[in-house]
Amino acid sequence: MRAAYPPIAHRVRGLSDKAIAWIFIAPTMILLLAINLFPLIWTIQLSFTNYRANRPNAPLRNVGLEHYQTILSDPEIWQRMQATAHFVFWTILLQTVIGFALAYLIDRKFRGHGFWTTLILIPMMLSPAVVGNFWTFLYQPQIGLFNYVVSFFSGIPPSSFQMLGDVNLSPWAIIIVDTWMWAPYVMLICLAGLRSIPDYIYEAAEVDRASNWRQFISITLPMCLPFIMLAVLFRGIENFKMFDMVNLLTSGGPGSTTELASITLKRAAFEAWRTGYSSAFAIILFVAVFGLANIYVKALNKVKAR
Amino acid sequence: MSGALSTAHSVVAPSGRVKLLAGTIVVLYALVAIVPLLWIGLTSIKTPPDSISYPPKVVPFLHFEPSIEGYCNLFNTRSRQTADYLASLPPANSACEEITRSRSMVVVGPSNYVPRFVNSLIIAFGSTLLSVGLGTCAAYAFSRFKVPLKDDLLFFILSTRMMPPIAVAIPIFLMYRELGLSDTRLGMILLYTSVNVSLAVWLLKGFIDEIPREYEEAAMIDGYTRLQAFRKVVLPQATTGIVATAIFCLIFAWNEYAFAVLLTSGTAQTAPPFIPIIIGEGGQDWPAVAAGTTLFLIPILVFTVLLRKHLLRGITFGAVRK
Repeated sequence: MRAAYPPIAHRVRGLSDKAIAWIFIAPTMILLLAINLFPLIWTIQLSFTNYRANRPNAPLRNVGLEHYQTILSDPEIWQRMQATAHFVFWTILLQTVIGFALAYLIDRKFRGHGFWTTLILIPMMLSPAVVGNFWTFLYQPQIGLFNYVVSFFSGIPPSSFQMLGDVNLSPWAIIIVDTWMWAPYVMLICLAGLRSIPDYIYEAAEVDRASNWRQFISITLPMCLPFIMLAVLFRGIENFKMFDMVNLLTSGGPGSTTELASITLKRAAFEAWRTGYSSAFAIILFVAVFGLANIYVKALNKVKAR
Repeated sequence: MSGALSTAHSVVAPSGRVKLLAGTIVVLYALVAIVPLLWIGLTSIKTPPDSISYPPKVVPFLHFEPSIEGYCNLFNTRSRQTADYLASLPPANSACEEITRSRSMVVVGPSNYVPRFVNSLIIAFGSTLLSVGLGTCAAYAFSRFKVPLKDDLLFFILSTRMMPPIAVAIPIFLMYRELGLSDTRLGMILLYTSVNVSLAVWLLKGFIDEIPREYEEAAMIDGYTRLQAFRKVVLPQATTGIVATAIFCLIFAWNEYAFAVLLTSGTAQTAPPFIPIIIGEGGQDWPAVAAGTTLFLIPILVFTVLLRKHLLRGITFGAVRK
C-alpha cells in the first residue's frame, strides 16, 4: 500500500489503513469463527465419543476412531454413497446437456430472447423445499399432473406407476426435479461463456471456410469449457450435500433408495440421536466437500483470470 | 451490433431460419418449464375436490369455478361440527366462514401461516442487513488493503459456504441449546448471517474492485480521512452492487429449509418448514398448500426480475461477470 501510494499515505489523518483493515475484517471473522469454525472443532471432538444429544447426562466415553471405522466399513453407508453418486452424476449430465443446449440456442439472439431467458431462470430461484413439496403433488399417482401428462402421451394408465413410491422410479423422480430446477443455472453460466468468445475468432474461421460443425468443435466448445467446468463443479458440490428438496419429495424412500448422504446424516443425528456417530459421518462428508471446494476455487480463479 | 460493427457481424450473425428454430425450441422449453408453477397457482384457486379430480381441471370458469377456499383454509384453522350445531349458528359474516360451513366446519381461529410468514420476513431481512453490513466492510478491506494471508482468509470465508448444512446443524444444535438460542429469531438471524456473509464478501469485493481507487485518493487529497472516503465516495459508487448482494442474501434466507426444520419448531419457525405440514382433514389440503406456496413464491418472482442483470454474478460468487 505504502509503497504504491507514498504521497497519500502521509497525508491521511485519523485511523491508519492497517487499523481500518482489521476493524473491517474482524467482525466477519469473529462471526465465522463462532458459528462455523468452533462448531466444526466441536464436531471433530464429538466424533471420538459416544455422546448422544438426547441424553446429555449419560457418562461420556472416548471411543477413538471406532465411529470412523464403523462408517467406512459399513456396506449400507456405501450404498447411500452410491445413491448420492447416481444422483450427482445424472443431474450433472442432464443439466449440462440441457443447460448448454439452451444457452447455445439463446445465443442465436432471436427476438425476445431476454424475456424467455428470465422466464427459464425462475425455477432455480425458488426454495428447494417448497419445490420438493409441490412436486410431490405433481407426482401423485392418479391425480398428479405429471402422471396425467405421461399417460396422455404414452397411453400408460396414470395410476399404474408411482414416481415416488417405486424403487426403480424414485431415483429418477428426484433427478427430474433437480434438473428442472438447476438446468437454468448451467444455462446462465454457459451463456456467459458463449458471449465471452470474441466475434473475430468466428470471422477468421469463416474466412478459412471452416464448417459450422468444425467451428463448434474447435472454437465454441473449448472456449466455453472453463465455464462449463465451473457450473459442473458448483452443481457437484451442491448436489453432493443435497438435503431439502429430496427430504420433502421422498425423505429417502421408498426404503432407502433415494437416501442421499445428507438424509442418512439427518436420520442418524436427529432421529436416532447418535450424535457421536453422526459427527464422524459429518466430518467424512466435510473432507469430501472440502476437497471438491478446493478444486472449485482453483477453477474459479482460472475463469477469473480470463 | 450497430454502425460500423454491423458489417463485421454479418458474417457470423445467425440467419433468420436459425433464429426461428432456436427461438421455437427455447420458447417451448420455457413454456413446459413454467407449467409446474402455473399449476400451483391454479390449484390454489380450486376447491379441494376440484384439485384432485381426474382428468385434471385446467381452465378456470370453463372446467372449474375458482374458489378462495384454499386461501381461507391457509389462514384459518377449522373444526368439524354437527349439522344441528351448524344450523343453530347465526348467518356467516364472511365469505370464508360461509365456505367453511358448507364443508360442515366452523372457523375456530387464525392458522399459523401468518406468524411463520412474519418470521420468514424478520429473519430474512435481519440476516440480510447484518451480512451486507459486515460483508461491505470486509470486502472493502480485502479489496483495498494489504491483508496478511488474504487469499487464505478469502478461501476460508468461501469454504464455510461449502459445508453440508446438516453437518453444521449438529454442533449448532448443541451450541444453541447451551446458549438458549434454540428456536429463537436471533439464533436464526446469526446462523443465516454466517452463511450469507461469505457470499456478501465475495460478491462485494468484486463490485468494489471495479470502483477506481483514484476516486478515494482524490477525495483523500482533498482532506477526507480514509473512513470518510469510504462512506462518501465508495459506498455511493457501490450501491448497485450492495443492493444486488442484499437481494441474493434475502433470497437465500427466504428459501432456507435445512437449518430451519432442524433448529426451529415453533416461535422462530419460518415458512418453508411450515408449508409442507399444512394438513387438512383426511390428507393434505392441496389448495391450501398451493395457496401458501403461491404467496411464498411471489416475492421471489419479483426479485428474480429485479436481479436478472446480476444473477450470473451472484450464483458464481462473483467469478463470472458480464
